Amino acid sequence: MYGGGNVFEATKFDDLQTEDPAKLAEFEARIARGEKIEPNDWMPQLYRKQLIRMIEQHAHSEIIGALPEGTWITRAPGFRRKMAQMAKVQDEVGHAQLLYSAAETLGKTREQMLTDLINGKSKYSNVFNYPAFTWADSNIISWLIDAGAIVNQMANAKGSYGPYSRALERICAEEAFHLKYGHDAVVHMATGTPKQREMIQAALNRWWPPIMTFFGPSDKMSTHTETLMRWKVKMASNDECRQQFLDMYVPKIWELGLTVPDPNLKKNMETGQWEYTEPDWDEFKRVINGDGPCNAERLAVRRTAEERGAWVRRALLNPKAKYVKPLA
Amino acid sequence: MNELAIKDLLYKLADDQLILGHRNSEWTGFGPILEEDIAFSSMAQDKIGHSLAFYTLLQELGEADPDTVAFTRNANQFHNSQLVELPNGEYDFSLIRHFLYDNAEIIRFEMLSQSSYEPIAKVATKLKGEVKYHVLHANTWIKNLGSSTEEAILRLQSSLNEAIPYALGMFEPSKYEQELIDAGVYAGEEAVKAEWLKRIEAVIEKTDLKLPDLATIEPKMGGRYGEHTEHLQPLLDEMAEVFKIDPTAEW
Repeated sequence: MYGGGNVFEATKFDDLQTEDPAKLAEFEARIARGEKIEPNDWMPQLYRKQLIRMIEQHAHSEIIGALPEGTWITRAPGFRRKMAQMAKVQDEVGHAQLLYSAAETLGKTREQMLTDLINGKSKYSNVFNYPAFTWADSNIISWLIDAGAIVNQMANAKGSYGPYSRALERICAEEAFHLKYGHDAVVHMATGTPKQREMIQAALNRWWPPIMTFFGPSDKMSTHTETLMRWKVKMASNDECRQQFLDMYVPKIWELGLTVPDPNLKKNMETGQWEYTEPDWDEFKRVINGDGPCNAERLAVRRTAEERGAWVRRALLNPKAKYVKPLA
Repeated sequence: MNELAIKDLLYKLADDQLILGHRNSEWTGFGPILEEDIAFSSMAQDKIGHSLAFYTLLQELGEADPDTVAFTRNANQFHNSQLVELPNGEYDFSLIRHFLYDNAEIIRFEMLSQSSYEPIAKVATKLKGEVKYHVLHANTWIKNLGSSTEEAILRLQSSLNEAIPYALGMFEPSKYEQELIDAGVYAGEEAVKAEWLKRIEAVIEKTDLKLPDLATIEPKMGGRYGEHTEHLQPLLDEMAEVFKIDPTAEW
């Protein structure tokens, strides 16, 4: 699950001055022809740097994103939900594994990426700095955050870097199941007992503001990303993704008799665009820079897991360790 | 065949797997490496799926539906061994428990797949193929870590010593033990234990670990009769937290 907002640094003219113009021209021509760039191909430093950053943030978002929903695995009501919740969260961890491998092809190790996560040097999707207070919050995440992630990832799957684009194709196929699972769980809540309806509406009210910031700041305030769009690193603008998400999911939310907590939310029939209350971008910046309700807790959990598991990794690296081949 | 004896056996099988599955699932997001996180989650899904299969057989014998049985009983109504309810502890304890438990579980499943009681035989035949992978996973990791660093060996040895009395409690005979053996349902817990010892010894021999002298160890019994450690009830309370908001609701 990943929104992709606020990922890119502004590109400067200077960034490309040190690159060989002939190689750069050939690289750009390949991308323009729709070819994929593979790990051993020539690429500009800026391309490599931005891709590592993007894929790494995506991977971090998957393992940190496993935490708010993961806490509900042990409390999921009934066998059907318990099994599905486990499988769903496991998929997210599997996505992290896939994505760290994709990022490693660009020259940064998984261990280094995890260290940067724990040190707060690299980011992850900002929505996971908000808490999942109830089972209903977990359902809203499974449905709407995964829905948002699909919008973003379907676009990025058409990007130019081969390993990332192939990983995203696999990830999107699994996310499609998460979306069905999340929707089914929300439908049960929204059409269930008065208590269930109250729980799901309250969760939607809590999660709507973070959902609106999921795709990152408005294009009006975003940094210039023309080069990255030409290189097919960034595939769609933040506002385009947000509009697509609203178009696909607001009607489905209304269909369930739920209310979206934004009185200004409506589709302008003339422009075809959704209008909404501008999200609080100051809060977004504050949270992404560490001052959100759960930032410290999320990183502390990750740090503890790393520390507690360090002896296992040391043992695996021990030259004395015998590799035991599984029988099957 | 005495239906009470069959039900007792089914409860024991189902409860062990539900509780261990639940514990395994607690590793999601916290594993020492991502691959282990994913592996414990896979085993959790299998175990809980297996418990559901046995609760479904119980329902066919007139017991309540699986959700009610799993999510509304109290600790003293559970028939699992105490081994599976102990907290995960560090990865070394979880791995040792997984090794001791699954090496016994596979034997029970192998025996039950030949059972004279056909509904159990069918389920056991279907599920033992999955448990085989749990055993492979446990044995591979024990062999690997059990002969690696001093630190790893020390941790695993200490967890092995701690877990062994509880592991022996898995073989606590049921009050219908002889009846089940005579009716050809399976060969009974003593037989499972004898085969289990052979198999775990064969793995431990390939490592720097030592199996404690079992003759000097008092097994932790009682689980099969509803006596549990202080850890089971909080686990069950957590499991039922949402379900009990409204047990009649469709979640």
